[in-house]
Amino acid sequence: MMALQDRKKTAYMGLLLAFALILSYVESLIPFFFGVPGMKLGLANLAVLLTMYLFGAKEAFTINFCRIVISSFLFGNMSMLLYSLAGGVFSFAVMFLMKKTNRFSITGVSMGGGVFHNIGQLLVAFCVVRTEGIFYYMPVLLIAGIVTGFLNGVIAIAVRRNIT
Amino acid sequence: MQKKDKRFRRSDLLFAGAIFVIAIMVYLLFHFVYGKEGAYVQVAVDGKVQGQYSLSEDRNVQIDYGQAEGFNVLVIEDGKAMVTEADCPDKLCVKQKSISRSGETIVCLPHKLVITVIGGEESEYDGFTG
Ligand SMILES: [Zn+2]
Repeated sequence: MMALQDRKKTAYMGLLLAFALILSYVESLIPFFFGVPGMKLGLANLAVLLTMYLFGAKEAFTINFCRIVISSFLFGNMSMLLYSLAGGVFSFAVMFLMKKTNRFSITGVSMGGGVFHNIGQLLVAFCVVRTEGIFYYMPVLLIAGIVTGFLNGVIAIAVRRNIT
Repeated sequence: MQKKDKRFRRSDLLFAGAIFVIAIMVYLLFHFVYGKEGAYVQVAVDGKVQGQYSLSEDRNVQIDYGQAEGFNVLVIEDGKAMVTEADCPDKLCVKQKSISRSGETIVCLPHKLVITVIGGEESEYDGFTG
């Protein structure tokens, strides 16, 4: 019985990772932001968010990490790895903390992830160009984070309802 | 673990609101503190200032990168600056709209190039413009 449960979980994790990679691929095709190339929209957060709510933080972290490494090898380069890593680490940490407080819905947690995904990326861009002028783009990136986060959240709620 | 999925909660709204307020504040900061029509563009590569050019004089500047490959062409015309040509892989610097207000930037990440419009009062830079 336990073994079946385990196998089911492994299968789900595989699916979620594949889903995360598809999302990463899609976002690698979208030139999200004129000002700062290499930046990503944060669509792949949807898979991480789902994993977090279906299985837990540890599993979500695993999916996130594997997705970042694999997608950077498959569809990107070194600088993309840096952006993905910063975005991934920031958004994961914030989603983890926000979920822990129990005060936010999935949508709220997702918006937090979206916003901090972009803040993480902006900090990498700042390290690359070392000019505070780059923060000129912060308002747009904050709003973009809210919007993608909101959409990811709404989709995650719908998917979760249909799975469980 | 299983709780009812609420689509939206009060804290979500507060969070989104707070982010909006921060976004507007940062925007206003750039718009009013820096946001006057600028007088110069500053060209920085890898964080180091390479030169400043007045926006009131039309000119073309070829930005090179020493022994390394690569160039960007900066064009100043009618008080606005834009990048019209570059050999970076993404060409995103070329696609960015022209800049003229203080604080606005054009970035070419592959070349670590940042072109920033700077303020109207700093006439002490006059002798420095190439
Ligand atoms: Zn460029």
